[in-house]
Amino acid sequence: MNALTLDNTILKVKGKAFSYRKKLNKFGVFDFLFKNFLGLSAISFIILLIGIFLTLLIQSIPSIEVFGINFYTKSVWDPVQSQFGSLPFLAGTVITSFLALLITIPFSLAVSLFLGEYFSKGFLSNLMKNCIELLGGIPSVIYGFWGLFFLVPIMRAFESSIGVPPLGIGISTTSLLLFVMIIPYSASIGREVISLVPSNLKEAALALGATKYEVVRSVILPYAKSGIFAGILLALGRALGETMAVTMVIGNRNLLPDSIFGPANTMASLIANEFTEATGDVYLSSLIQIGLLLFIVTTVINIVGKQIIKRFGKD
Amino acid sequence: MSNLKNRKIKNSIFKSLVVIFALASAVPLLIILFFITKEGISSLNLNFLFSLPKPVGETGGGIANAIVGTFILIIIATVISVPTGIAIGIFLNEYKKHKLSYYTRLCVNILQGTPSIVIGMIAYLWIVKQIGSFSAFSGGIALSIMMLPVIITSTEETLKLLPYSLKESAYALGIPYYATILKVVLPAGINGILTGVMLSVARVAGETAPLLFTAFGSPFMNLDIMKPVSSLPHVIFTYATSPYNEFHSLAWGASFVLIAFVLIMNISAKMISKRWKVKF
Repeated sequence: MNALTLDNTILKVKGKAFSYRKKLNKFGVFDFLFKNFLGLSAISFIILLIGIFLTLLIQSIPSIEVFGINFYTKSVWDPVQSQFGSLPFLAGTVITSFLALLITIPFSLAVSLFLGEYFSKGFLSNLMKNCIELLGGIPSVIYGFWGLFFLVPIMRAFESSIGVPPLGIGISTTSLLLFVMIIPYSASIGREVISLVPSNLKEAALALGATKYEVVRSVILPYAKSGIFAGILLALGRALGETMAVTMVIGNRNLLPDSIFGPANTMASLIANEFTEATGDVYLSSLIQIGLLLFIVTTVINIVGKQIIKRFGKD
Repeated sequence: MSNLKNRKIKNSIFKSLVVIFALASAVPLLIILFFITKEGISSLNLNFLFSLPKPVGETGGGIANAIVGTFILIIIATVISVPTGIAIGIFLNEYKKHKLSYYTRLCVNILQGTPSIVIGMIAYLWIVKQIGSFSAFSGGIALSIMMLPVIITSTEETLKLLPYSLKESAYALGIPYYATILKVVLPAGINGILTGVMLSVARVAGETAPLLFTAFGSPFMNLDIMKPVSSLPHVIFTYATSPYNEFHSLAWGASFVLIAFVLIMNISAKMISKRWKVKF
């Protein structure tokens, strides 16, 4: 008898549950719509990226057809004669970025070690961390403005003291400015990977009597080197695509650079200067082809850099 | 014994090198802030903030149009990118191992590293060229594309940290899926999401390159989003590269306003992420 009533109650509860579920079913439509909305937004985001790539590719076909591979080997950029070779800008971009990278490496390594190892907690560390973060938050146009009124006079004085034409603007000034701008990118990644070095490895080295310097040199740096490299790679990606600050201090001369103190032009700053003035299909399409190259190069650098960091995190 | 001494000397030399180089890296920030405060404060007054720019030769004039323009651009960009960015962030968190998530994450990484000038070209080709004129709308679109990766990653990272029991309890109470996400999960992660939104606004507020071929700049006060507008970074660029001294002081003032805005956004983003944190 008891069992029967229990069964009845169970049935009743089940019945109620069913009726509740029926009520809930009207939410099923919302759930369906909501899930699809989430999926659709993700799909449209991917389409956006594919669209960006295809647009750049299709729009640069006219100049690819006209110049072919010569576009990257010729150094004449002459809109009047409709002759376009991008070698000066490739050279300008590569030289400024790598010079900046070369100067950045010791500084960002020092910041990474400072924050990740020597002063990983406390007031000094917080101050430093905030300073570097703010440095990364300053708009690039303000860097350019500051470079124009602070770095350029200094460089001019320096150049006249060593006997080269004192222009002030040019490749060396640009590299200095880029160096300041990319410290935060490489330093923040460097700090993360250095703080991820297992403390038992460091303690083992210390217990063997190693000094801190020896720990850094023979434990921390070898362990973290791939992550540090990735940080530098991502900073390179930044430097290659940097536009406004570079435009303001590089001098915008469309010829092959002849000295590191002379004016030049980079791919990004060329686009910034000439894109709105470009008349004629081939001219516009040449600029877009440079944009396409910039897009592909930064994409490859980014994917490789992020992949290295991801692998580092897994180890 | 001398060997140990050498090692100790090496150690302290290395430590001081690290400290010197690290401190040296922070020096540019101080110089920039000092420079801009010094030059910017002197040109800052009510007239500067509330009047329009004057032609070359006349003194005075302000940046009211640029301030308004920047706000219009940011509002357009935020309206477009916040809902989509949050939706994509939720998707990535809900379908962690899905193939679509993998490709979406890849695209987020790519877009994060894409130079802003390329985004500007795209907005030009997609919108300005089709409509036939520069407009605030196209500038807003360009900025929204730049905001998306920041919002997506911060949403995903925040939601990832929420305990699964939160969702389970909501399900146990019979709350439907969409309401669980919108009314339980999102509010619990609101601090991180808001922080991401504010950081992305701070990032695009200073962007000039994507606006060169889209919003284009205009010396007039303009509230019509289908017409060109000026913006703070754009004004700094044009005035800084002009040869006139009056324009330079306008540019310093504009830089001061812009940097103050960016810093305030950054700092309040940090405060929000700490204060509004929901604890479990």
